[in-house]
Amino acid sequence: MNSKQKKVLIRIVISGILFVGISVFSKISGYDNKLIMLIVYLIPYLIIGYDILIKAVKNIFHGQIFDENFLMVIATIGAFILKEYPEAVAVMLFYQVGELFQNIAVHRSRKSISDLMDICPDYANVERNGEIEEVMPEEVSEGEIIVIKPGEKIPIDAVVIEGKSEINTSALTGESIPRDVAEGDNLISGCINGRGLLKARTTKTYDDSTVAKILDLVENSSLRKAKSENFITKFAKYYTPAVILLAILIAVIPPLFFNGIWAEWIEQALIMLVISCPCALVISVPLSFFGGIGGASKKGILIKGSTCIESLSKAEIAVFDKTGTLTKGNFKVTEIYAEKYSEKELLYYASLAESFSDHPVSVSLKEAYNEELPKNVVSETEEISGHGVISIVDGKEVAVGNIKLMKKIGIEYKECNAVGTIVYVAIDKEFFGYIVISDEIKKNAQAALNELEKLSVKRKIMLTGDRKEVAENVGRNLGIKEIHSELLPDGKVSFVEKLLKEKQKEKSLIFVGDGINDAPVLTMADVGIAMGGLGSDAAIEAADVVITDDNPVKIPLAVKLSKKTMSIVMQNIIFALLVKGIIMILGIFGIANMWLAVFADVGVSVIAILNAMRCGKVD
Amino acid sequence: MKKVYKLENLDCANCAAKMEDAINKIDGVENANVSFMRQRLTIEADESILSEIIEKAQKICKKIEPDCKICF
Repeated sequence: MNSKQKKVLIRIVISGILFVGISVFSKISGYDNKLIMLIVYLIPYLIIGYDILIKAVKNIFHGQIFDENFLMVIATIGAFILKEYPEAVAVMLFYQVGELFQNIAVHRSRKSISDLMDICPDYANVERNGEIEEVMPEEVSEGEIIVIKPGEKIPIDAVVIEGKSEINTSALTGESIPRDVAEGDNLISGCINGRGLLKARTTKTYDDSTVAKILDLVENSSLRKAKSENFITKFAKYYTPAVILLAILIAVIPPLFFNGIWAEWIEQALIMLVISCPCALVISVPLSFFGGIGGASKKGILIKGSTCIESLSKAEIAVFDKTGTLTKGNFKVTEIYAEKYSEKELLYYASLAESFSDHPVSVSLKEAYNEELPKNVVSETEEISGHGVISIVDGKEVAVGNIKLMKKIGIEYKECNAVGTIVYVAIDKEFFGYIVISDEIKKNAQAALNELEKLSVKRKIMLTGDRKEVAENVGRNLGIKEIHSELLPDGKVSFVEKLLKEKQKEKSLIFVGDGINDAPVLTMADVGIAMGGLGSDAAIEAADVVITDDNPVKIPLAVKLSKKTMSIVMQNIIFALLVKGIIMILGIFGIANMWLAVFADVGVSVIAILNAMRCGKVD
Repeated sequence: MKKVYKLENLDCANCAAKMEDAINKIDGVENANVSFMRQRLTIEADESILSEIIEKAQKICKKIEPDCKICF
């Protein structure tokens, strides 16, 4: 609670105690001098309501006649005139309790977003002319050297040139395990440096850096309003004048035509006005969306606006890119078959033979060997393009390459039917074994797909530019039935276009890609989700949802959060309209009293807000 | 030209909706948005008349919620 809220709380407590005291005293003693009672009840009334009175008067001068403050003042003064003093005080008290509650709720959910704003760096230490200067991140240009001290935020996207450390990406990704970085690694701005001192060269300006893009995304997320949000604003526009008209009719018609008592029907009209306040809707709907977006961002899912929540909740078709989305996109040794000697030796010779090549295969082999390779043992290397290499390692002739190489040098080999890149190894004209290098399926990909199935995303499709066998193998492993391989980027576009025509109108299509090369498809889909999109500007701009790490489980989580948010929004709209409707009907017949009216206004708001606060909470 | 301003003491959601509506009606405003949750006013308008527009917007906000201030 801030100081403003505390003040209101103190007023509520004092006025509440006085109110209860006076009521109890008058009940017990039976004292009922109306004038004295009026004066006594006015004390707690003024304590709790003076600011409302002042605001109401001010607003009348500003031409804002039918605002909440005015309604409350008129309604309570009306009660005083009808000599219902306790009601007048209680209504005002109840109203203030409700307002305070709203205030706290809104502040709390604002805070969840502003916590995210904490990723904003305040300064950068830049090295200029051999000295370190502290400047605004915006003033650093691309290619300058910055120094990031332990515990500082990384101000600008950069690449490490000196030092070792671990960086905490949790503010961006929700991932609590720090990531190790050393020379040559990329640093993402907005992350927090761990214990080491890092020197880095900036690769972008601040405005193009990840942190600026994300802040921009979050800042503007409330601009893209969902249909239900717009509905409420429009609704409020017609609803308020309509209720005011109704109230006037209630005040005038019964006394004029049906011998009603003026004072009684004016009171009913006032009650009507109090019921009418559209606050419950006007607050709870954006609060729900805000809560949903805030909750998602804590899990590393950045959603660009409430429209996206709406579309996500209606997902029917999910289209996946393969590499980097369902698979890791890093090629790893997945199978080793060694006919003679050990697997380790096979890897040793193969990686040495390939050590002068910068082909991805060579990198994967070295990674799998996982030990420092001795130097000066390779005396000769011959690359046979399209086949592989033949090197002399430790005086032995080592041939490493594809099946064509084996055939070419005339070696009897054991054929391998695995999917992926197969590297055959022969030493001194003798078959030694083979190594399979393939892209690994992400650990959680299967779980993510199952979860989507449960969330009634029935059609799952994989699109890839990769070879047919590889694509089908991945698809089979994950149980995806629709697979379209060997697609060029524009092929993906036309395919998604076709799918968009096939789906049901009110449902939506989500596309999940890693943001590299698929920006056009990301924009085209109803919801474009970029995975691991932190390094790629294009992805952050084109996508509607950015998943900051590369965990596919976040996809169903985003859908789940959206569904929950939408259902809470609907619950609130229906609940508020229903309760208000019923009490209004009672009001038309003159049955509703001020207590009911305040419940319809403040009570409904509080319940709707409590409900809205559940958004964004998903285990 | 799109500019974002902070709003202080914006305490009522319905008022925010009213402000948004009124500011959108100011001459020269291409698009205006008042976010109650973020306490932000976003105005899209030609830069040359932006300061005039902000003054008008400030008046509108004051009128609807006396305590509300645009920070610029």
